[in-house]
Amino acid sequence: MSSTSMSSTPMSRTDGAVPILAARGLSKAHGETRALRGASVELYAGEILAVTGASGSGKSTLLHCLAGMVRPDEGSVVYAGQRLDRLPEARLSELRRTEFGVVFQFGQLIPELTALDNTSLPLLLAGASRKAAHEQAGEWLERFGVRGQEGLRPGEMSGGQAQRVALARALVTGPKVVFADEPTGALDSLASEQVMTALAHTARETGTAVLLITHDAQVAAYADREVWLRDGAVSADAVALEATR
Amino acid sequence: MSTRHILLGLLAGGPSHGYDLKRRHDERFPQARPLAYGQVYTTLQRLVRDGLAEVDGTDSDGGPERTLYRSTAEGAKELAGWAAEITPPAPFVTNEIFAKVVCAILAAAGPTPTPGPASTPVRISTADPASSADPDPDPVPMPVPAADPVPAADPARYLIAQRAAHMARMRELTAVKTAPGADLATVLSADYALNHLDADLRWMTTTAARLTTLTAEVDPT
Repeated sequence: MSSTSMSSTPMSRTDGAVPILAARGLSKAHGETRALRGASVELYAGEILAVTGASGSGKSTLLHCLAGMVRPDEGSVVYAGQRLDRLPEARLSELRRTEFGVVFQFGQLIPELTALDNTSLPLLLAGASRKAAHEQAGEWLERFGVRGQEGLRPGEMSGGQAQRVALARALVTGPKVVFADEPTGALDSLASEQVMTALAHTARETGTAVLLITHDAQVAAYADREVWLRDGAVSADAVALEATR
Repeated sequence: MSTRHILLGLLAGGPSHGYDLKRRHDERFPQARPLAYGQVYTTLQRLVRDGLAEVDGTDSDGGPERTLYRSTAEGAKELAGWAAEITPPAPFVTNEIFAKVVCAILAAAGPTPTPGPASTPVRISTADPASSADPDPDPVPMPVPAADPVPAADPARYLIAQRAAHMARMRELTAVKTAPGADLATVLSADYALNHLDADLRWMTTTAARLTTLTAEVDPT
């Protein structure tokens, strides 16, 4: 075991690197339920960061705030120098389309579209021609090992195949950050391994930062760092939070 | 782990010499502690003594002469029996992490130990160390440095550090099994360790959440 492996996971890096995405003091309530209570987290270019925690700890709300899908009640989200929480909706929407990719537990592929059309969609929305979009989408499907499944609709694919198509769709535009919310939550261990290996390899090859939400330590082990969320607050260590209950 | 049975398994495919058995063991069981040559030869001698293997001549293959061993019919029977034998599922729960947590609670609850001297008083002889004929009759006693305070046992802190070490090891094993070209034996052996470490992690998180109750149970005072 390396000497560094014995140290606890740092909350942020100490090498002076500037995070590509940084949240400070995020709070968010859904009605009476306070999902986030002063959560802070930093994501650096090219790293895979696992956010782990029990069900209901606020993981998904944190992802939604970081990806600009939900505005926090308090706190700031800074992406590449811009305050996401203050951007107008149109600009946010454009950012989400061009700079961010998102994968959910259930890939949320469009059931009526084939794997190729699902993967092409972000490119078509960005103005690419159908031919160019299909060509590029095909390359990404190949990269994720689902070449040959282009004509299948989500209902005709296994869970693992559908999730790899969802990954291809999330990465097809060359985003700077991919948000993955329990991407293997509905998969068996073998399919989970295939999806995570594909995601980790591709992210490292392309230098894409990944914010990986998971409650599974074996999935978190694909990440470079791990932070733990409990009752809406972030800690560098699970046990530290549990021990202070 | 039964080295004698593993060697019998490796000999099942045909005669082999000690060096080759060691090499094949380390290939077949990646991530396992490599077999020591001494252990291989000692085990082979015991197998011969017990009639489970026998010498099958020598093989030089251009290098130094090596003794070839092969399994006997008795050895094959022994191997088949071992391979079919159910491994007792956790007959005793020996959990070092739990033992440390409990002992840390006991230590934290006990009286604070009085710091003794850090070590035997340091004395420095003024005599020439090279001259044994004239030993210094009265070494000058040096001041005894103040002993470091006895560190307080802290089960929560221990669990934090242990969890970080487990997670770091899981990251290493994940990198090993997902490296391009990793063979199936490597993947399966890493998976075995990952699943066990994962179970430990879940246990540690649950234990940390129950430390207050455990402390009250271990030390009712």
